Amino acid sequence: MLQKNDLAPDFELFATPDQKFALHELRGRNVILAFYPADWSPVCGDQMSLYNEMLKFFKKFNAELLGISVDSKWSHMAYMQDRKLHFSLLSDFNPKGETARKYGVYDEKESTCERALFVIDGNGIIQWSYLSPVAINPGADGIIEALENIQQNKHEYV
Amino acid sequence: MSKLTPPVNKNDHTQGPASAPLTLVEYGDYQCPHCGAAYPILKRIEHEYAGRLRFVFRNFPLSNVHEFALPAALAAEAAGKQQRFWEMHDLLFQHQDELSRMAIQEFAMVLRLNIPVFKMDLQDKALEEKIESDFESGVRSGVNGTPSFFINGTKYNGAYDQRSLSKAIAEHLQPA
Repeated sequence: MLQKNDLAPDFELFATPDQKFALHELRGRNVILAFYPADWSPVCGDQMSLYNEMLKFFKKFNAELLGISVDSKWSHMAYMQDRKLHFSLLSDFNPKGETARKYGVYDEKESTCERALFVIDGNGIIQWSYLSPVAINPGADGIIEALENIQQNKHEYV
Repeated sequence: MSKLTPPVNKNDHTQGPASAPLTLVEYGDYQCPHCGAAYPILKRIEHEYAGRLRFVFRNFPLSNVHEFALPAALAAEAAGKQQRFWEMHDLLFQHQDELSRMAIQEFAMVLRLNIPVFKMDLQDKALEEKIESDFESGVRSGVNGTPSFFINGTKYNGAYDQRSLSKAIAEHLQPA
């Protein structure tokens, strides 16, 4: 699994049925990558539904959230509509798990992404990463802390 | 281990003595079925530990998936401005399946709130900010879903059936 100070590998994945999205498009902004095993977790403990309520907080840190799983773009579309998600879910579908592998968070046995978080700074450098047990929603306290650290360091160097 | 941040303070809605040796904090959503299921259990726990337990409720509405989560949270806060937070809290959970804007108005009437003031408070940005700040405190404290509980400031990760919760509380109350 990639760690702090590693370069975040670029990727290009479907974000909608007819549109691809590349990581480098977000250069200059902080990025939260949330790899997760599958769409359709039960609502009240659903990691993506939780993050969906936090977009306002992430925005304060100039951070963009991207969810990534091996589900198809069609599953993502239905799941996003059902949960009213206001951020992009990327489909690591073909070749399956290629992006997760680049980040070292592909579960070969289950053929899904692990539940893993990466916070990447505006220069494309990973500043924080976290691997969660698959069944446990890691919440967002670690993400917020990482974003605060990025913000603090920036102030120190400017 | 996840710690409650910030600790219980004067902005919180509390039930039970401030001097209680045990404080149980719930982060909840009035439309979340699990919170609805936890509601009667918590009432029994409060009864069982009366005098020794302080109960605190903080808002954690998942507004995108629960249409009435935020209106309900606002209703409880607005009722709170008329010193009826807990009565509204009870009505919202007791009638969780019937939640609607109309139902919220009816609850306000049942509680004999000053309706024009109540309606005005529902629009009050400060109440919405209070709810948002509850939510943010939850996120910082490691809340990852609802209901989430904190016992004396430490996240409780066990089940919320009566036996499990009661056991966890009893353990905290035992002198070290």
